[in-house]
Amino acid sequence: MVKLRINGLDVEADSGQTLLEVARFMGIEIPALCFHEGLSPWGGCRLCLVEISEGNRDRLVTSCTYPVQEGLEVKTHSERVIRTRKVIVELLLSSCPSSKTIQDLAAKLGVQKVRFTIEHDDCIYCGLCVRMCSEQMNAKAIGFVNRGGKTKIATAFDRKSDDCRRCGACMYICPACQLRCQGPEPPQVVCGGCLSLEPTCLDFYPDLMCFMGTKGECGTCIREEPRKKV
Amino acid sequence: MKTMIGEEETEKIRTSGELEIFRMRLVDSASSRTPRIVISSGTCGQARGSTEVVESFQRAIKKHDLQNKIATRVSGCGGFCETEPNAVIYPEGVFYQKLSPDDAEEIISETVLNGRIVDRLLYVDPNTGQKFVHESEIPFYKKQMRLLLASNLLIEPTSIQDYLSIGGYRTFFKVLRDLTPEQVIEEIKRSGLRGRGGAGFPTGMKWDLCRRARDSIKYVICNADEGDPGAYMDRSLLEGNPHSVIEGMMIGAYAIGASEGFIYVRSEYPLAVKHSKIAIEDARKHGLLGEDIAASGFRFDIRIAIGAGAFVCGEETALIASIEGKRGTPRQRPPFPVEKGLWGRPTNINNVETWANVPLILARGADWYSKIGTERSKGTKIFSLVGKIKNTGLCEVPMGTTLREMIYDIGGGVPDGKKFKAVQIGGPSGGCIPSELLDLPIDYESLTGAGSIMGSGGIIVLDEKTCVVDLVLYYISFLEDESCGKCVSCREGLHRMREILVDISEGRGKAEDIKVLEEVATVVKDASFCGLGQTAPNPVVSTLRYFRDEYLAHIRDRKCPAKVCRALIQYSIVEGNCTGCGACRNICPQKAISGEPKQIHLIDRALCIKCGVCLDTCKFDAIEVS
Repeated sequence: MVKLRINGLDVEADSGQTLLEVARFMGIEIPALCFHEGLSPWGGCRLCLVEISEGNRDRLVTSCTYPVQEGLEVKTHSERVIRTRKVIVELLLSSCPSSKTIQDLAAKLGVQKVRFTIEHDDCIYCGLCVRMCSEQMNAKAIGFVNRGGKTKIATAFDRKSDDCRRCGACMYICPACQLRCQGPEPPQVVCGGCLSLEPTCLDFYPDLMCFMGTKGECGTCIREEPRKKV
Repeated sequence: MKTMIGEEETEKIRTSGELEIFRMRLVDSASSRTPRIVISSGTCGQARGSTEVVESFQRAIKKHDLQNKIATRVSGCGGFCETEPNAVIYPEGVFYQKLSPDDAEEIISETVLNGRIVDRLLYVDPNTGQKFVHESEIPFYKKQMRLLLASNLLIEPTSIQDYLSIGGYRTFFKVLRDLTPEQVIEEIKRSGLRGRGGAGFPTGMKWDLCRRARDSIKYVICNADEGDPGAYMDRSLLEGNPHSVIEGMMIGAYAIGASEGFIYVRSEYPLAVKHSKIAIEDARKHGLLGEDIAASGFRFDIRIAIGAGAFVCGEETALIASIEGKRGTPRQRPPFPVEKGLWGRPTNINNVETWANVPLILARGADWYSKIGTERSKGTKIFSLVGKIKNTGLCEVPMGTTLREMIYDIGGGVPDGKKFKAVQIGGPSGGCIPSELLDLPIDYESLTGAGSIMGSGGIIVLDEKTCVVDLVLYYISFLEDESCGKCVSCREGLHRMREILVDISEGRGKAEDIKVLEEVATVVKDASFCGLGQTAPNPVVSTLRYFRDEYLAHIRDRKCPAKVCRALIQYSIVEGNCTGCGACRNICPQKAISGEPKQIHLIDRALCIKCGVCLDTCKFDAIEVS
């Protein structure tokens, strides 16, 4: 057993566990997009960052990959962690604004605006699909291609893959592009309506009325006394 | 013991006594005593035509029938790249610079045969105009402490005999005979050697950790994936003296208990690949690599792994992934490579220069080595002096040498009478250090304090004509391109930083841009996995610290003070100076300049693409940039 402190609480964990596993077991909520229990940890989305103290030096590490260590001081929601998470969500949002998952995260973390030019990349390169394909489906049909800003996920040489069995696991596991808000592509990005509002539109209207970028226009975010459904 | 390998007869060296006999025979042989013309032929020398110079020397020697009196030596880079192709004639040490193949004949007939100096080929100090005959007198060399680089000129990198004759592998035999692995590590620890790859981790401690890791198979790796623009010291070492690196690795492998090593070198360094391949082959033939080395039971061999030239593969975990045949992306540390590295085995990775220092330390002792340098940074460090500097080249100086000494005493200062502005140290992820800090002693801690890093030791000198925003934009673009793309913070963060920098340099900067830039820089630094992302914002952060005014001038006044950013400058003709010669009109690719002969010309700003050709062409200072 390894003894460590998370948010000031003494914790005992099995050696080999990661900080994320231990923190989630304790009921601490840490966002993560590239993490999945059934797959090997990757550490690419950087949302599960926590602050650890090593001697007199504090640094941020991804809790999904960092193994528990004796005597470690961990802070999961320090000011530095939250500040960093917010900028990361803002970065994700600016390149992937039509993902409901990211919109929800933004709302939760209180990201109010995006200061960068909007690009519709619609992939966050979390690599879940790649790991799903190779580790669970044993197909290795897709992988990362290129590097840096030119990174993409593709089959080998962009050809139709013989290894792909069309199982759809890659689509099933994708956190970003599968859960799309169905609104028109917006000029302004932060919506956050679906999460930050109570009651939601469905309490007023038969259909979800929230169109991204038109916050306020559909009328639902104005907190009024619930009316009867039309 | 003699064995036949192919057609060649090779002697296996089994004991230090045998090595000494072998060495004495080499030193006494007629060929080693003949005077030599040493032609510096690293990649840099070859690019400037040293191969042709060597050939014409050989022809001239043959023509004068001097084959028994003098020979050529095609050495690695001597470090003084500005003067290449250059030649040093030993034993006198006469130094000739900027040679063309036609000069060989004159040097042979004048200097070699008659002992006269060819005046026009001597090195002239660009500042004082003084001429120097001997290599040792030249200020560029005089101020250095060339512990590693000096050997480059004494040997041919492809000849193990040359390396043996200057005492090569002697240290290895001494270590094998007299020291236990623990004593070797203790010696390295006491010497204070720190990793020359940039982070400066104490080498002895790394070896110790790797030795303590329990596994039957361990690896040592030489990291020769030098990717910074403007840095080439590792290339020059591996090209010029591959055996010193191999000897270092052998000693390291013995200390750690490894039996296999890799040299990870990028395919952009073909000469380094070739020379290290030859060196490994030769060492094997002499029984220095392979099974049962020196009849001691010690087993060690080296393989070469050729990388595809990704900058991120210089990061140790990405390098390991690359050798394993995977995509070069960094992975989580801990576990560190010294515990779980290549194929999950304990692996010790050191930089080329670190390995080359090892034989030196063990030959001359940790006490001697630890006297060189500063309190916490020991030994010498090779820096590549490039950019706006008179003496471009490699300079090896003790740690703690100030920037002023390096740039003015060794480098000769900034050319064309321009003013010194700053230096970018440590490659693209290093920081920009302004002229106020010229007296900063260079060691790991002082550089970190000034917002830069040691990196592999590239020093790029900038003059007043360099725009800081433009420079930083170049580095951030480079890093955005070279990021592996794994971490959102690095991939997207650098992308957005570049976006903001482009806006600033094209005159679309907004007042809040600097704040956003700083905020994103902090996140990229804090939240990224590996050294690439963690140091990538350094150019932005350090220039915002020292050159904030220049950013503000771009954003607030829409002006580029250095007159570099194209969107913010305009070319015009100074009426008083224009003679109407038409040179600019003829050369303008856009046909944007018009005017009758002997009349004042005019630039059409709608057509002008601001390429600056007219400015370079005009002899009368009649083109003005505003």
